[in-house]
Amino acid sequence: MKVKSPLEVYNYLPRTNCGECGFDTCMSFAAHIIDRSVTPLDCKPLVEEAKKDPKAKKKLEELLELTAPEIAEVVIGVGDNAVKIGGEEVLHRHELTFFNPTGFFYDVWDTMDDKALEERCERVVSYKKFYVGNFLTLDGFAVRCTSGDPKRYREVVKKVASYGKPMILVALDPECMKAALEEVADQRPLMYAATEGNWKEFLKMALEYKVPVTLRAKDLDVLKSMAVTFKQAGVKDIVLDPVTEPLGEGLKGTFERVIQLRRTAIAGQDKDVAYPIMITPIAAWLIEGDEVTKSYWEAVIASMFIVKYGDVMIFRSLDQHVVMPTITLRFNIYTDPRTPVQVEPGLRAINDPGPDDPVFITTNFALTYYTVESDLTSGGIKGWLLVLNTEGLGVEVSVAGGQFTASKVKELIEETKIEEKVNHRYLVIPGLAARLQGAIEDETGWKVLVGPMDSGRIKGWLEKNWPPKE
Amino acid sequence: MKKFTLEEFLELLKKYNVEEIEGVKIEGDLEIELEGSSVDLSAIAPLYSMLSEFGNFLYHANMALGYLQRLSAALGIPTPFAAQPQLAPAAPAAPEAAPAVEELKLPTELVKAKFEPYKEEYPSKIEEVVLGATKADGGSRDYTITLGGERSLAFYTFDAPQPHLPAIAIDVFDRKPMLAKAVRVHYEDVLDNPAEWARKCVKKFGADLVTLHLISTDPLLDDTPASEAVKVLEDVLQAVKCPIIVGGSGNKEKDPEVLEKAAEVAEGERIMLASATLDMDWERIANAAKKYGHVVLSWTQMDINNQKTLNRYLLKRVGMPRDSIVMDPTTAALGYGLDYAFTNMERIRISGLKGDTDLNFPMSSGTTNAWGAREAWMIDSPIEEDTPWGPRELRGPIWEIITGLTLSLAGVDLFMMMHPVAVAVLKEVFNTLGGNVKESVADPGEWIFMEV
Ligand code: B12
Ligand code: SF4
Repeated sequence: MKVKSPLEVYNYLPRTNCGECGFDTCMSFAAHIIDRSVTPLDCKPLVEEAKKDPKAKKKLEELLELTAPEIAEVVIGVGDNAVKIGGEEVLHRHELTFFNPTGFFYDVWDTMDDKALEERCERVVSYKKFYVGNFLTLDGFAVRCTSGDPKRYREVVKKVASYGKPMILVALDPECMKAALEEVADQRPLMYAATEGNWKEFLKMALEYKVPVTLRAKDLDVLKSMAVTFKQAGVKDIVLDPVTEPLGEGLKGTFERVIQLRRTAIAGQDKDVAYPIMITPIAAWLIEGDEVTKSYWEAVIASMFIVKYGDVMIFRSLDQHVVMPTITLRFNIYTDPRTPVQVEPGLRAINDPGPDDPVFITTNFALTYYTVESDLTSGGIKGWLLVLNTEGLGVEVSVAGGQFTASKVKELIEETKIEEKVNHRYLVIPGLAARLQGAIEDETGWKVLVGPMDSGRIKGWLEKNWPPKE
Repeated sequence: MKKFTLEEFLELLKKYNVEEIEGVKIEGDLEIELEGSSVDLSAIAPLYSMLSEFGNFLYHANMALGYLQRLSAALGIPTPFAAQPQLAPAAPAAPEAAPAVEELKLPTELVKAKFEPYKEEYPSKIEEVVLGATKADGGSRDYTITLGGERSLAFYTFDAPQPHLPAIAIDVFDRKPMLAKAVRVHYEDVLDNPAEWARKCVKKFGADLVTLHLISTDPLLDDTPASEAVKVLEDVLQAVKCPIIVGGSGNKEKDPEVLEKAAEVAEGERIMLASATLDMDWERIANAAKKYGHVVLSWTQMDINNQKTLNRYLLKRVGMPRDSIVMDPTTAALGYGLDYAFTNMERIRISGLKGDTDLNFPMSSGTTNAWGAREAWMIDSPIEEDTPWGPRELRGPIWEIITGLTLSLAGVDLFMMMHPVAVAVLKEVFNTLGGNVKESVADPGEWIFMEV
């Protein structure tokens, strides 16, 4: 964004400190605009004023312009499932954070038979992977036109649309694209793709149907020329595809093009290429080799560009050895480095426990907590889980760094009144906190049992160690 | 300018059964002039209905006009129509003509633009560190490996050439370690013989280097005396002719002694001692490296300031040469802190390139850590609602690959790894981004149409 300090934003605000936005002062609201946790539109008085007064409207528009992200933000799809891509500000996540995680789209094609199509769609929409307290899911479909038949394509697109996920329409033939748009333009699909050969028709459709469009060209002069042409004609929602080549020098060239595009947009302030970037790991399926080779390489290409500036991707493989690493990497790279991910400390009752059930302790680092909590819950283990405030650090780190201490365990036991809930005094600590065993026993008077290193093994461990023999 | 009257034109159009319009003239600039003083819209309407009739089969107005133009030329009538027809005055009477006018604005040519890539130059360079020594340099290695030398971010060869691609070392242990099953199956036959193990890594799995971990020295394991443990190092130096890295057990009290002894027996071979850390006697380890001409691995736990501190100690207090330090800023696995590891390393690398002389050393990663992630080794998800995890034989290696790949993009120069498939794939990645793989696919757009 163009402005860097809250002060610059402050001048555009009503400066009444009315508090409607949820912040005490306009200044604090301004600071949150800068860190992008709110937008100018979250200041109701400002928006209301703009509705009445054309001058205020102009000012608001200026502010929106000043605070717009460096890379344009493009929305694919509508409603709750819509995916936002782009909107990035920096080249390296430690400089601020990355904002909109890479959109993951999976291909289906219109010459598939209906049953196979349904099965594949079903796999995409039902995909789930638990990670730090949430299920990671897939974003949508890339519907490829392989029939060359507008009627068939339209039919299949309609069917895929019924799954309610955002779509990328993959067809270079304007007739096929048009047929599909007539059916689903109101779902805001992303067109793929305008090329040097078909751009006129695609430009027309982008304007007519008001849908985002991908521009595809390997030559960056051509790609930029298309972007300028489309923008001048009034298309705002543009995605750039510098062509993913899957192998050798081609892949190296792709790497270079992607980095040059993003770096030139952000560091070089070239607004004409400041759009989200499309990567197509599916191109890995063009290389020679068996399925595992291809799918591994697909994961490699995807990962390379999850780290480096890919904003939206089209995938082929739905195998876990491709989906799991890429979806996890996406989460990691797009985690906000400014805030430690932590949960509320305190006491959690797992699976409706009773007074004879075990008491466990863990830390309030989100990754640690959710791993442990889900291991207990899904393992059908009844128990009490104490969550220690380690300022969002994991077990080993907080033991080493002094945030996990016997005296803090004692305080937690007192605060949570766990002694009133159970009729035993046994505390199970993580294997990685074993060195605190004696200290916790001395401090609390409880008997401390050292559990396994990994909470995934608590179930087996309990079978041998609970109830305690003594 | 000759006036072109519609009357004249209509005469000719009569042949085409176009309805007669009276009282309307079209002038040179396609200004529509109405005879008489009052504007009679009903007079214009027929003209437009005529135009739109042409429009029906000619798409839009300018083409209709062009058609009229050509038609008139063909019929030998001087054309009245200028290049930029202005239909505006009549628009209200002919709403259906409006969208047609809009479309006139659509470009027919691309607006030519030149992409000027932004140039980034860093003032500094990463130190070059050589591992191993050949006969010429007083050692017995067949080749040496050079780490570092970057002048820009990893694989940004369009900014500056990258003289050395990352190298891969495979781990060997002097005692059976705990290994994930998918890894163990590849080493089952050599687990009791470190020299054979090393040979297998080099000959069969293509390791550039071998890391020998003397874990049996751990007082909580076998407590092998240092002098005894380093015999295995001698065996390995005999068995393979690649550069060698030697690690201790991680025991803070014992490691300095073990690594010192290793430095002594490997004199002249320019091995790397792994590692010196802030919470052990780093001085003793680094001194041994310095005395016998080895490299020291400066290991800190994900803290850029600690990394600076330890490097400075090694440089200032021990007097380590700048070409003899490699850093390990700590590797966390994909899904288990990789974001911290990646960002920490990326920051260290950028600081080094920008001129922080406490940080411009090559980096090493214990990529084998990836096998600690449950996604790499568990048979299936412990979470019931999860989509089944699929065969772990395929999940494990890719977990190691993606962990390594991510960190290579942060600037890591040396990877310590274990699974042979992971080693092979990561090498292919480095060679590809390093420009050593020539082959390409003919048409990268084929996936758009492929019928599978
Ligand atoms: C990420 C990380 C960091 C991040 C921490 C981010 C965070 N929010 O926690 C940062 C960069 C901040 C960090 C800092 C430090 N780190 Co650090 N860090 C790691 C790393 C790479 C991963 C830790 C992790 O997140 N694991 C994943 C989580 C989910 O694991 P977990 O919390 O342990 O939970 C598991 C188990 O404990 C168990 N479990 C949890 N709860 C329970 C409960 C019960 C009842 C049971 C039975 C089991 C159980 O199951 C869980 C799932 O498997 C490890 C090395 C590694 N690869 O493991 C080093 C590591 C933990 N760090 C280490 C150190 C020394 C530090 C520092 C002290 C370094 C320094 N000099 O500054 C600082 C301390 C900072 C502080 N405390 O003030 C050392 C610890 C050595 C030791 N054993 O004492 C490690 C092991 C690295 C090493 N090899 O030296 N670190
Ligand atoms: S709502 Fe607007 S005016 Fe009110 S405090 Fe927030 S920023 Fe200021």
